[in-house]
Amino acid sequence: MSVTAQPQVRLDKPDTGDAFLSVRDLRVHFPTADGLVKGVDGLSFDVRRGEILGIVGESGSGKSVTSQAILGLHKGSQARITGEIWLDGQELVGASEDKMRSLRGDKMAMIFQDPLSSMHPFYRVGAQISEAYLVHNKVSKAVAKKRAIEMLDRVGIPNPDKRYSDYPHQFSGGMRQRAMIAMALVCDPKLLIADEPTTALDVTVQAQILDLMKNLQKEFNSAIILITHDLGVVAETCDHVVVMYGGQCVEAGSVNDLFYEPEMPYAWGLLTSMPRMDRTRQERLQPIPGQPPSLIRVPKGCVFNPRCKFTDHVPGERCFTERPELLPTSGGSAGHAVRCHIDPDERRRLWTGDIQPTL
Amino acid sequence: MIRYVIRRSIGGLLVLLVTSFVTFFIFQVGPKIAHVSPALFYVGKIPPTEAGQKLIEHRFGFDLPIWKQYFNWAHGIIFGRDLGDDTGAVVHCAKPCLGYSFRQQLPVTHMIREALPVELSIAFGAALLWLVGGLTIGSISALKRGSFFDRAAMTMALAAVSLPIFFTGPILLLIFKYKLQWLPNTGYASITSDPAQWLKSMILPWFALAFIFAALYARLTRANMLETMSEDYVRTARAKGLPRRTVVIKHGLRAALTPIVTIFGLDLGQLIGNAVITESVFNLPGLGLISIRAINSQDLPVILGVTLVATFAVVVANILVDIGYAFVDPRVSYS
Repeated sequence: MSVTAQPQVRLDKPDTGDAFLSVRDLRVHFPTADGLVKGVDGLSFDVRRGEILGIVGESGSGKSVTSQAILGLHKGSQARITGEIWLDGQELVGASEDKMRSLRGDKMAMIFQDPLSSMHPFYRVGAQISEAYLVHNKVSKAVAKKRAIEMLDRVGIPNPDKRYSDYPHQFSGGMRQRAMIAMALVCDPKLLIADEPTTALDVTVQAQILDLMKNLQKEFNSAIILITHDLGVVAETCDHVVVMYGGQCVEAGSVNDLFYEPEMPYAWGLLTSMPRMDRTRQERLQPIPGQPPSLIRVPKGCVFNPRCKFTDHVPGERCFTERPELLPTSGGSAGHAVRCHIDPDERRRLWTGDIQPTL
Repeated sequence: MIRYVIRRSIGGLLVLLVTSFVTFFIFQVGPKIAHVSPALFYVGKIPPTEAGQKLIEHRFGFDLPIWKQYFNWAHGIIFGRDLGDDTGAVVHCAKPCLGYSFRQQLPVTHMIREALPVELSIAFGAALLWLVGGLTIGSISALKRGSFFDRAAMTMALAAVSLPIFFTGPILLLIFKYKLQWLPNTGYASITSDPAQWLKSMILPWFALAFIFAALYARLTRANMLETMSEDYVRTARAKGLPRRTVVIKHGLRAALTPIVTIFGLDLGQLIGNAVITESVFNLPGLGLISIRAINSQDLPVILGVTLVATFAVVVANILVDIGYAFVDPRVSYS
């Protein structure tokens, strides 16, 4: 078996305010033959009940690794996890697999991307939903079936009692994603993590799925983490956003902070590479040059420095030698924090003067 | 579904027809090329007189055209036939008549009927053993990949597939029959007449055969399990909070099983009529032993009959596998 470094378990609950989920300095490292892969390296964020937090970033920035760490799905693998994850006053990183198992699917649930491969091809859709209900509730199979049909109905599957007996391959893509959502919500989870729930879907279905999630959030007052790389989805659905890059949070804040007052060059890059419907097009979209960093050989200093166009705005070689801290912005709203060496006034000047007009 | 079964059955019948004809043809053509009468294979070592040879050829129908001979043979399977000459010495061969062995003075059907229970006992008993053993070892190996158990099991498996049964068989006999004397008498008895003796005669061949197949199945199961356990739907099962046992068996193993079902059916079908070495080593009067004796004594009707039965087993196994697949994998449908 793998030797997983046992994290120090803190028995005293830190002051997490009114946060339902609080992630503190989470690190998920995978030892491989090529070296240590730092999937997530010092990530912290809070989510409150009834709030939707968006986590955005490129592929390989650590979004999915984070969500699976919260659910404890790395347990039993080679992954080394340190830091703290507090869910409703309970620490999860040091929790036993049995404890995690009882929480998974019940108090916290996850919607995976690619619903076709995420559902077992050999079992009926309904049976897969009621299975999730049965494991956490001492009820008869008939009750669980009734519940599953009710859930299918709620997520908008027509003829749910008939569709209960269908196999996943008999569902359309949108229906499969709805069924996945029904599966995740069957135990009324207080925390829902949606990992790119709309990636495989066309825009119409995408909008329906997002509406569905928003309604469910209002109904149950659940905390939702929405992982996506679609900024449009973020703007439409989320309250707060964490921008991840190279396994770290490089900017965090409210949706307004991120879209109207971003201060991190990576966030600027994301915005300039995104088409806007509400503005007339002025120039070509500008992609961020270069490639996401290797998580084995993470760049020294700021993780974004190899692709950053603004390193000359920082005196000396700080961008290349010293990792910037995630610090609250001086003038912005509460909770807006940025990981960048550029002087705060200079950052705002660059944004309003150079970047914003080109959007 | 029913239409599919009918279509496949017709196809299977065609395969049987072609196989039997080809086998029949080979045994007729061989003597023709060598310019010897097939009659010579039916008599003793002393060549008969020309008149005597003619008489034998006439009696067994070798003077008829080949298609006519084949027709008579095939006709006999369905309706039975009388073999005899004009002198009145008639041997009746009841349907399904697969021919008559003049070496053994027995209808081939009778011989096969005697041998088939032995054959099926060996095949099904060994199959049960290797299926349970292979799946268990393979699953544990996959779940504990890289552990001592995994490495030991896979090394054993490699050794097992490399060791032929004519090596492991005599060793088993040496240890359990002669050294330890646990099974002093391994003579075959039918399960109905003496179940205890039947078990005694079967246990060593089962283990010898299962050893090889279990090794193959363990490797196969391990590879499939490694694949399915990293599938997204297994992650979903874990995310639901299912107990590990349920995740592994109901979600992981269940999906890993489908390709194994296919291979299992084919292996089992092939084993019937093909366990020649096992039967020789343990001296069990199954189809394999019959066919070896028939080949040695050039007893053509027996070879033909055993070939047909073995082909039948393979054809039926193939059809059953394909039908079974629709039950194992709901995505497969034949309607």
